[in-house]
Amino acid sequence: MLEILGYYNYWVFALVLMIGFYAVVARGNLIKKLLGLSMLQSAVFLMYITLSKVEGATAPILQKGVEDQIYSNPLPQVLILTAIVVGVSTTALGLAIVVRIKEAYGTIEEQDILKASGP
Amino acid sequence: MIIVFAVFLLTLLVLTAVAVVRTENLFVAVMLMAIFSLLMATNFFILDAADVALTEAAVGAGVTTVIFLGALALTAEQEKPIVSGRWLPLAVVSVTVLVIIYASFDQPRLGDPGAPAHQHVAPWYLEKTAEFIDIPNIVTAVLASYRGYDTLGEVFVVFAACIGVLFLLSVPPVKPQKSKSSDNSSGLRHHLIPQVVGRLLVPFIFLFGLYVQFHGEYGPGGGFQAGAIIATGIILYALLEGEAAALNAIPKSVLMAMVCGGAMLYGMVGVAGMILGGNFLDYSVLHSDPVIGQQMGIILIEAGVGITVCGALLSIFHAFAERD
Repeated sequence: MLEILGYYNYWVFALVLMIGFYAVVARGNLIKKLLGLSMLQSAVFLMYITLSKVEGATAPILQKGVEDQIYSNPLPQVLILTAIVVGVSTTALGLAIVVRIKEAYGTIEEQDILKASGP
Repeated sequence: MIIVFAVFLLTLLVLTAVAVVRTENLFVAVMLMAIFSLLMATNFFILDAADVALTEAAVGAGVTTVIFLGALALTAEQEKPIVSGRWLPLAVVSVTVLVIIYASFDQPRLGDPGAPAHQHVAPWYLEKTAEFIDIPNIVTAVLASYRGYDTLGEVFVVFAACIGVLFLLSVPPVKPQKSKSSDNSSGLRHHLIPQVVGRLLVPFIFLFGLYVQFHGEYGPGGGFQAGAIIATGIILYALLEGEAAALNAIPKSVLMAMVCGGAMLYGMVGVAGMILGGNFLDYSVLHSDPVIGQQMGIILIEAGVGITVCGALLSIFHAFAERD
């Protein structure tokens, strides 16, 4: 049972990744697409943090006077920490483009934008 | 017991993700996305990533939601129902999920100490940080010192994205602007309870942000989290007192100086290392004792990161809020 649960994080990664991807390709609303994109990004974060976990370990902050303590892998955590802040900046850039599209075409639905921009 | 809790949280995560995609009201979708981020932060915490959990809670659930809401106010709240063409993407997505789940059985099990990810540089970081840098939080040590180039790059991406948003949104709208109603600019001043609670909260949010900034070497925290937390405090102030009051407290010119100055401070620390005879971003030469030099460098560049992130997030917020 516990052997199987060890893979549960990867399955959740797969599901959330693809739910986000579905929102990007199947939904026509541009804001919904961006929500899907940031969900897809979060799934990748979950994957990295899953890789950093070590059984019986604690967060990688050294404690004085504690011997034989094992720590989780700090490297994936560093990569994801910076990626989260970069993620919000790039999402904001995407939203700024959406706002400009709304002002130019009067809509943020993909089908209507394609119609409005002509053949 | 913790594994049962983790499975419960991860299942909730998937359900929230489905709900975000299914709902046609975008306001509801953005709110569900904030819950999604909070669940994600809890999962990170269970997986021993305290620093990442703090960042996700401050940035994902806090700032992202506000920026999405700002964009919603400028666009539309209701999504048009999809008419056709959902079966092909659904089939592609389902097949891909099955393929990834099939492939997951070749991955190392969760928490396997023998996994390839734990064999390369991570043991060296864990073993040598106490000797070379002597700060307890290894995440901060790796972020600021060992992989300082990465972080410098990330800071400049934040800087570039902020400039991009300002370029896109500083162009005046084509349509004539609707005359601003008076309650629009005064925030929640007429609502007593949010105002009283908010005023009580704002100073403590600042205090916590500063604690996270300066305690980042010893506990979970650092420039990225602190910048986001302080930005959240000022955004709360702007929502309560109106945007004009927030801009009065911290004008746009100051925000721009923060965005540029923080990134420059980071670069200058690197250049200072070169002038003193070391490599770029080598902090050991900053002081006669290399360990103290490393600590000085880390504190300086964490300050640069915090200033840039705070300035960038606030500039982005004001860019969206001003266009209303």
